[in-house]
Amino acid sequence: MSLALHGPAAAEIIACKQESASIVSLTLRLSDRALADRFEFQPGQFNMLYLYGAGEIPVSISSDPSSPDPLVHTIRDVGRISHGLVRLRPGDRIGLRGPFGRGWPVEDACRRDVIVITGGLGCAPVIPVIDYVIQRRRDYGRLIIMQGVKHSDDLIWRARYDAWAEQPDTQVLLAADVGDRQWNGTVGPVTGLFKQAQLRTGNSMAFLCGPEPMIRACVQQLLEKGLPPDRIWISMERNMQCALGQCGHCQFGARFVCRDGPVFCYADIRHLFGRKGF
Amino acid sequence: MEAPRSASRFLPRKAFDTLLSALRDGGYDCAAPVVRDGAVVYTRLQAHDLLPSGISIQQAPGHYRVEFTDSPRNFSWANGPQALKPFVFTASEPLWSVRRDPDGELRFTEADTSQDPVAIIGVRSCDLAALALQDRHFLGGDCVDPHYQARRASLFLVAVNCSHPSDTCFCVSTGDGPTASDGYDLLLDELDDGFVIQAGSSAGQNLLERLPLASPTGKQLQDITRQNLHAAECQARRLPPGNLEPALFANLDHPHWQTVAERCLSCGNCTSVCPTCFCYRELDRGSLDPDRSEHVREWDSCFTQGHSYIHGVTIRAGTDLRYRQWLTHKLGSWHSQYGRSGCVGCGRCISWCPVGIDLTEEVAMIVGGAS
Repeated sequence: MSLALHGPAAAEIIACKQESASIVSLTLRLSDRALADRFEFQPGQFNMLYLYGAGEIPVSISSDPSSPDPLVHTIRDVGRISHGLVRLRPGDRIGLRGPFGRGWPVEDACRRDVIVITGGLGCAPVIPVIDYVIQRRRDYGRLIIMQGVKHSDDLIWRARYDAWAEQPDTQVLLAADVGDRQWNGTVGPVTGLFKQAQLRTGNSMAFLCGPEPMIRACVQQLLEKGLPPDRIWISMERNMQCALGQCGHCQFGARFVCRDGPVFCYADIRHLFGRKGF
Repeated sequence: MEAPRSASRFLPRKAFDTLLSALRDGGYDCAAPVVRDGAVVYTRLQAHDLLPSGISIQQAPGHYRVEFTDSPRNFSWANGPQALKPFVFTASEPLWSVRRDPDGELRFTEADTSQDPVAIIGVRSCDLAALALQDRHFLGGDCVDPHYQARRASLFLVAVNCSHPSDTCFCVSTGDGPTASDGYDLLLDELDDGFVIQAGSSAGQNLLERLPLASPTGKQLQDITRQNLHAAECQARRLPPGNLEPALFANLDHPHWQTVAERCLSCGNCTSVCPTCFCYRELDRGSLDPDRSEHVREWDSCFTQGHSYIHGVTIRAGTDLRYRQWLTHKLGSWHSQYGRSGCVGCGRCISWCPVGIDLTEEVAMIVGGAS
């Protein structure tokens, strides 16, 4: 259930972590403790974060859904509001509405292999899926995590990837278009990782998030390897202002990304996915 | 063409003021069409204000002119740039405000949604159809818009069957006019010497019963039947019939999108005057007091660059993509979203387009079935 639909609730920043030159994770706690106790979210959902005097932006929740207080939002400094949010310090207050949207179908993926393919900060909305699967490791098959970045310096959460790689039946594959001297992952696009991925497409579900050209290329690979379109799930990004399916900005054909997504089954959107102008 | 029900009454023109008085006695402000800045707009009447008479409106693609005749009629014209949209979904309104306390805590307050009742005189059937569509958008989903809901609940609608459609009207082809079938409290049919009036709601019936009116004559009923028939038959424009969603989405690469884009200024006039367009942007309105800020919404348009902007990328940079978004939504994906087309045939987007783009012609070029 979403809280504070029409007007935000106050939240306090309790920790800030500089993840890379342009990425910051904000740990925050709703000031109204009764509200915080009722707050729960599904992996892949997002909140609208309000920067005082400036406005709101949608940001996915990157923390573990099993412990929704405090919440973590990982934000890249790319626009007017995010530029202000990444400069906040512990003790600062923001506004929060949410959670919104439909998340990843983690329960439908039960007893299947899970393929997570992300690019850049596209990893953030999928981290809760990985947390979810790791906590229920025996309920899921093989976990394959593929993450690509432009430059190896852009890779955040290196320690987490290393820890996941130690999990049973889990494969972690990293790619950077440009790698520095210490880079021991693949050099090139994330699609280059398919050669090493131990995919069993017969009983897998894939979760993808990242730049759309990267998603298109990866979906193509998955389809060629025999994964059916209805087992490919994509988190989409569009201009969102209300998060209620009313302001009209995020429309993707007949769908409102904020309300009907942001996670969509590829089979449902393939007629428009990748089409210029939608 | 529905004949007025037996409960209809005749309201002589010289007694029209008794209707306004009864509405005011019922607690309603009255808003009625007046001419301002060369166009008909709804304005709240002051006590003893009279409705203007003799207005005639010439409309054509990119053309809107008000002329005055010596006709005694108050509603012998099709429409102005506004429908009911500004009364329920206003061009700008506060959603919430925030106060920053000295300790840094933020105190959010949702905007007051209370509304005074208002009776709108002279509502057309296309406007009622558009209102029903906006109801579905703002009230029909899981999340009800409290601002729209309050404004909507405050309305008393006095409709009038459209006796003088403009050349730009095509409500017959969308099934939304020129006569109103439901959604009104009172319905008028205008004749030279007065109005046949009937109720469409219990609130309307209660009000009608307070007016000492006689039944209309058979001749008056015949006259309005003929008038309504003529208003339907005189419309030359039409949309291709049926659900155009499959045909529009099958023609996303049609070269005509680019042809329209060469004329379209991407000004957004069409979306401003469209009675069903619902897009709005949200923004903070700063205050001279640094510890207060107000969060407002304003009408937005899919013809603006900002509408599809996400951090560094504009999804619809070209005018062809914006026009395609508007038309494939209005005449296409509305069917999937709300069970019918988003166009009610009012023709406003044609008249108020500065270069006279006519969606009935453009869609026919794209999906066939030119009018």
